[in-house]
Formats: sequence, structure tokens, C-alpha cells
Amino acid sequence: MRILAIALLAGLAQPALSQGAPPGAWSCTGCHGPHSGTTMDLRTRSAEDIDAALAAFRAGTRPATVMDRIARGFTLDESRAIAQWIADHARRE
Amino acid sequence: MRGASDTMPLTRRRMVSAGGAALALPFLGRGAQARGSGRVVVVGGGFGGATAARFLAAFGHQVTLVERQPTYWTCPFSNTVLAGLNRMEAIAFGYGGVRAAGVTVLQDDAQGIDPERREVRRAGGPAIPYDRLLLSPGIELRYDALPGYDQAAAEVMPHAWIAGAQTRLLRRQLEAMEDGGTVAIAVPDNPFRCPPGPYERASLIAHYLKAEKPSSKILILDAKDAFSKRPLFEEAWAALYPDMIEWVPVSSGGKVVEVDPATMTLRTDFAEHRVAVANVIPPQRAGAIAETAGVADATGWCPVDPETFESALVPGIHVIGDACLAGAMPKSAFAANAQAKVVAGTIDALLRGEAPGPAKLINTCYSLAAPDHAFNVAGVYEAVDGALAQIEGAGGTSPVGAPADIRAREAEYARAWYATITGEVFG
Ligand SMILES: Cc1cc2nc3c(=O)[nH]c(=O)nc-3n(C[C@H](O)[C@H](O)[C@H](O)COP(=O)(O)OP(=O)(O)OC[C@H]3O[C@@H](n4cnc5c(N)ncnc54)[C@H](O)[C@@H]3O)c2cc1C
Repeated sequence: MRILAIALLAGLAQPALSQGAPPGAWSCTGCHGPHSGTTMDLRTRSAEDIDAALAAFRAGTRPATVMDRIARGFTLDESRAIAQWIADHARRE
Repeated sequence: MRGASDTMPLTRRRMVSAGGAALALPFLGRGAQARGSGRVVVVGGGFGGATAARFLAAFGHQVTLVERQPTYWTCPFSNTVLAGLNRMEAIAFGYGGVRAAGVTVLQDDAQGIDPERREVRRAGGPAIPYDRLLLSPGIELRYDALPGYDQAAAEVMPHAWIAGAQTRLLRRQLEAMEDGGTVAIAVPDNPFRCPPGPYERASLIAHYLKAEKPSSKILILDAKDAFSKRPLFEEAWAALYPDMIEWVPVSSGGKVVEVDPATMTLRTDFAEHRVAVANVIPPQRAGAIAETAGVADATGWCPVDPETFESALVPGIHVIGDACLAGAMPKSAFAANAQAKVVAGTIDALLRGEAPGPAKLINTCYSLAAPDHAFNVAGVYEAVDGALAQIEGAGGTSPVGAPADIRAREAEYARAWYATITGEVFG
């Protein structure tokens, strides 16, 4: 249900972009949705946290099993927008 | 429906009692965000179709999902069932969560499309009108492509490439096999569903045989000279199952050209293999409705616009998941789910007269070589010159030579991924 909430709340934000989601953001919820439980659950993270983590993954300065290879597929601006989107919507129910 | 007594439990959230609809509706009731009012028909309630249906309903559209099966068995983690690590119940999902999201689910067979009248014909009732149609019908096994391999042969030499009864059959055959037997896995040429799947299957069957029938062998007869995550699989096989798995590439005569179920024989250009268990994965094409609808080309798959997933052949019809030609994206559940969310946003925008925004897509596929040993391949994709291409510098596989604790952690991540994605798809 939370994912639907994300979808819906996202719609309020920036209607022009696929229900408010910046490019690539929807792919994140396949792993980082509310069902994941582990460190993959991002609901308690702030946008700054997520953005910093993505930057460190991209730079290779944060240990990773896959996020380094994913983060390198996004520009600074793109991953900042994704971080903001996740923080704005993932926590809300 | 839930595998409470699994030996390797897949933690999964239940729908919160019967309150699903009540949970969904307050959000819809809040209005502004669910602004759609289009009629969307989705054919196929798998990873692509069920995801898209739920999101489109959340965006406010009137969504009808046509799915012929009352229960969906996931191919992801079906190899753990073959290994005896999970029971069938652990990979089974019903459509209660999709209904609770406001989707009209019709258990029916979509039989034809009338693109002029914009209707889907079905077996069990009147045609369903649509403003936009989304097809996520998965694959059809080609029973005309491998001499000797037809539907009857599949009851003796299971493919188990569409999960369900076939998974159960192959598991039973493995259980019944005597120690010392050979299990053959015949792998088709590209493209096919889940490129690393046959090799994960070989690994997990080996995990079972090593414990229960250690003199047995696994023979992979391959129509290709390369395979997904090969260095990682070969590293795992050498460490975990030495001398148990033999891979025969096409250049060494690996391609199976004929099968004979009566004698349990697989014939290649160079040899005949009589085996105890034959898992024959035949060549594939898009689910039959794609051809009926005119959205499949001569390859048997569906060319689409890489940003909107609208058919290149018939306007108004979108195709996602295994059925579509998604450029560099593999045919995976992760990809189908990611494409579903993009296409839901696209269809929503189009129905409201807006231009859909730009898209990027991610794929991540885990393979288990053992319950505590996994690795992944990932990619990030965007449309380049009319096709989805991998973004350079991103993506690739887990490193070779990683320590055991990393492989174990990846196995935990694989299970967490499964719990998360099936929650998003089925509720
Ligand atoms: C052994 C194995 C392991 C795998 N492991 C993984 C993994 O770990 N990770 C991963 O990401 N992917 C994995 N996959 C791949 C994954 O299963 C597929 O990529 C995924 O299911 C594709 O989703 P889809 O929506 O395109 O099709 P499907 O999930 O196959 O859904 C199609 C649905 O459409 C229905 N249908 C078709 N035609 C009609 C019709 N005319 N009328 C009504 N209903 C219809 C079918 O009944 C079916 O339910 C694996 C595959 C296999 C075989």
C-alpha cells in the first residue's frame, strides 16, 4: 500500500514528470520499497543522506555490492532528484 | 498460499486482513493525485502486468486486468523449489492484493484485439473496450522449434520455464532419480527469458544433489558459447560442486537438435545423451496474444518505442516485459516491473493529454549458486537512437573472488529483493 501512496503523493508534486518521479526513480522501489526490511528500506533516510550515499557509491568510496554500479548510471542532478523524491514520498503513508 | 513451513523462508508481508480496499481508498479519496479517468485494459497479470495495473488504478484510471490463471507462480525463486529449499506455496500469489488496489481482475483468456474498435475479445464474456491497451503476456514456448519437443514431450522432459505445474514435475523427477544419474539442462540460443536462469538452476540442483545424490552429474547442453555471469558461476561451481557440473558450449557440440522423450535421449550434432532427467528449455517468443494483436514482428517478439513502450506496429497498444524487444535490457522480472511503472506513468500522461517525461530504467538480477552464495548483474538504461541502451560506465557484475561473507550478504539481498518486488507487484 505504501508504494501506492508514493505513487499518489508523487502526483501532487510535479505532475509533468511521470506522476512526479524523476527519471530512474521508479526502478528503485523494486528493491527499496516498504517490504524490504533490511538496509534496503530507505523510509527513514533524509534526502541529504540518500544523496550523499549515492555520491559516495558513484565515487567508489562507500562499500557496495551493487549500488556503485547503479549510481554510476546517473548524473549528480539526476541522483539528487531521485534522493529528494524518495525522501519526500517513501516515508509517507 | 503462504509457505509458513519453508526451510528457507521468504519473509513476505500479508495483505492487512480484508482491509486492503479500505487502505487503498483513502488515498484515492484525497483526490488531486488520482486524476485519471481513462479506461485501460492490461493483458497478463505477471511481473509487468500486475504492477502496471496497480499503479494505473492508483493514478485514478479504470483498469481491467485479464489474467487466465487464478494463481501466479513466480519464476524467480522457482529454482529454490527445484532444490527443495522452498515449497511451491512460497512462490504462489493470488490476485486479492491487485483487486484491493481497485483493479477489476477478470480470470479469463484474452483471445483477440480489435485495434479499430479498441476492444479486447475474451473467452468468457463480452469484449472489453479500452482507451489504451497494455500487453505483458510473457512468453510462449515454441513447440515447433526443436524436433521431438512438443507439449506431450514437455510432460516427460519438463521445461519448467513457466513456473507452476512444470516446476513441480521437474522437482518430482529430481526426487525420484537414483544417485548416479545425469540431469541434462538444454539451453536455447538468445534471446530467451532470464539469461542467467539456466545456470542458477544448474547450481541449485547441484546443491540438492551434492547433499542427497552425490554421485550424480549435471550436463548443460548449450546453444551458445557464452553465458551471463559465467566467471561467477564457474568460480562457484569449482568451489561448491567440483566435477559435478559440465557445461558444453555450442562450439563443442552443445546445441540440442532433437529430443526423444521415449528413450530420454538428447541429440546434438556430435553425440547422443541418454539421461535420467531432461530439463529442456526450448526457444521462445512473445505470448501468443502479441501475434494475434499484430504487435509481434518476424522474430516473434514485439518492437516498441523505448520511452513509451508503445508498439512500433500498432498505435494505442503498449507492450512490456519479456514479450517486448527492450534493446539492451534483459528479459527479467526486475525489468518487467521497472518498465511497468514507467509505462503506467506514460499511459497516465497520454490519457490526460500530457507529454510523458523522459525515462531511465534499472535492472538488477541476483543469481543464487547456493542458499548462502549469490551475486548479481546490474544495468542502467536509457533510450539512444530509438533503442534502450546501457549507460556506459555503469552496470556489470559482482566481482570475481569476493569473500564468502559478501556472497552470503548478496543472498540475503536476493531474498529481500524477492519479498519487496512481489509485495509491489501483488500487494
Ligand atoms: C527459472 C527462472 C528464474 C528466474 N529468476 C529471475 C530472477 O531471479 N530475477 C528476475 O528479475 N527475473 C527472473 N526470471 C525472469 C522472470 O520470470 C520474467 O522475466 C518475468 O516473469 C517477466 O514478466 P512478464 O510480465 O513479462 O511475464 P509473466 O510474468 O510471464 O506474466 C505473463 C502473464 O500473462 C498471462 N497471459 C498471457 N497471455 C494471456 C492471455 N491471452 N490472456 C490472459 N492471460 C494471459 C500469463 O498467464 C502470465 O500470468 C526468471 C525466469 C525463470 C524461468
